[in-house]
Amino acid sequence: MKVEEKLALGFFRTDDRSHIVLDQEACRACDLKVCLKICPAGLYSISEETGEVVVEYAGCLECGTCLLACPKGAIRWEYPRGGYGVQYRYG
Amino acid sequence: MEGLDAVVVGGGLAGLAAAYRLAKDGLAVILFERGDHPGSKSMTGGRLYLEPVRPYLPELWEEAPLERMVTKERITAMAEGASVTFEFTSEGLRRPQPHSWTVLRSPFDRWFGEKVAEVGGFVIPQRKVTDLLKEDGKVVGVVAEGEEIPAQVVILADGVLSPLGEKAGLRGPLDPRYAAVGFKEVIRLEQGEIEKRFGLREGEGLAHLFFGSITKGVFGGGFLYTNRESLSLGLVVGIEAFTERLPAEMPELLEDFKARPEVAPLIEGGELLEYSAHLIPEGAHRVVKRLYGDGVLLAGDAAGFALNHGITVRGMDFALASGALAAQAVKEAKERGDFSSGSLARYEELLKGSFVLKDMEAFGHTSEVLAHGRLYDRYPYFLCSLAEEFFRVGAGPKEKISRTLWRFAKDLLLDSKTWKDLWRMREL
Repeated sequence: MKVEEKLALGFFRTDDRSHIVLDQEACRACDLKVCLKICPAGLYSISEETGEVVVEYAGCLECGTCLLACPKGAIRWEYPRGGYGVQYRYG
Repeated sequence: MEGLDAVVVGGGLAGLAAAYRLAKDGLAVILFERGDHPGSKSMTGGRLYLEPVRPYLPELWEEAPLERMVTKERITAMAEGASVTFEFTSEGLRRPQPHSWTVLRSPFDRWFGEKVAEVGGFVIPQRKVTDLLKEDGKVVGVVAEGEEIPAQVVILADGVLSPLGEKAGLRGPLDPRYAAVGFKEVIRLEQGEIEKRFGLREGEGLAHLFFGSITKGVFGGGFLYTNRESLSLGLVVGIEAFTERLPAEMPELLEDFKARPEVAPLIEGGELLEYSAHLIPEGAHRVVKRLYGDGVLLAGDAAGFALNHGITVRGMDFALASGALAAQAVKEAKERGDFSSGSLARYEELLKGSFVLKDMEAFGHTSEVLAHGRLYDRYPYFLCSLAEEFFRVGAGPKEKISRTLWRFAKDLLLDSKTWKDLWRMREL
């Protein structure tokens, strides 16, 4: 089962602004791009159009793994505003 | 909101335990939770060890929405294409009191939030505490998305990343060396089917840990817990260890784990209900400088209170007890009319007198022992090869067991790394 399908079962209230902001300059200078592999929700990818790292913040499980793992400190990450983001029903 | 004694930040177990005890003792307390209700951002593997917690919260457990009483423990060492499983069951896990329970945190924490309200605490959901109110360096309340809420004391139970603990100057940022990510699926299965499939009596449950090739040489492991009508199946993976090797994409690791012949039949026919992830402190107490300051206390994951002992994986019991002890310290501070750092130092004294800091001190280095890659490839492979020799009957004459054992022992003991690992294991 694809991770997108798993995320589709969850309940998310999506804010119109992202709680994850990437420093594209730092991302361009990064060879490892740990984010592409380490996010358990698989939200990081390389945009086919721009070649930049993009993150689908709407499916964020709010674990903070990317924030810790990024070797460039290129991820500005905070919890979504009150009432937004993932709402676990089982947890 | 005038005259508040305490603000609690975070509707997880530490925050809820603190708010519950404070409200029950008649203090004016507000708990802020950023999700829709307490528990909507909580996630566990998970199993709650109740014995350590009972003295601090004795009255809650009769009606608590726990899932299954764990009466069966399994640990599986996994190599590629082979595995060895150890199973333990005992009447002692049932009596005189149940030893541990599986739990789903969203319903559990939600219920706990209702209990807080029942004893007179205010639980405010959908509000994120964004900053601390400070006066002359002392914490005198919080700021919740623009609104200032003054209070005598603030209990920070804002979780493993604890952005507010940093703002209070009590801790540094979480370090990738001291954290793992846990991610899991909750899979629906009929109650009776679970009991049949896992050989359980009604209402009883299994806790099953896996280690070895499933994390591809990286610190971590797998878990399976039986809930009343679902299974929690997932992985825990060390952040730094993973970034050093990048062995696969994280979601793929879980799919590989589910496809293992040891696991696939256990979840067959189950319906996926939810996918979740959360960071776990693994030695994160090292980034914590102080557990209290002027007008502020740190509890639960935010304080780095959690212990992965390899066999027992604990955190929720530490959260509940530290929250209850934070409440105790605040109550005494109120009696003294003094919420200064000197007065709140009582919190650390209480923690030191409890299992929380005793166990953290005794086992605080286990995360270093468990960080060694050989635990996840060499040793599981060794166990599986040895078992293969025992159980296989080949075409030729069979080797004596004593001879096989000697051969394997020699191989292991002539390796100086084994001795180093054994020496390290004294920390466990």
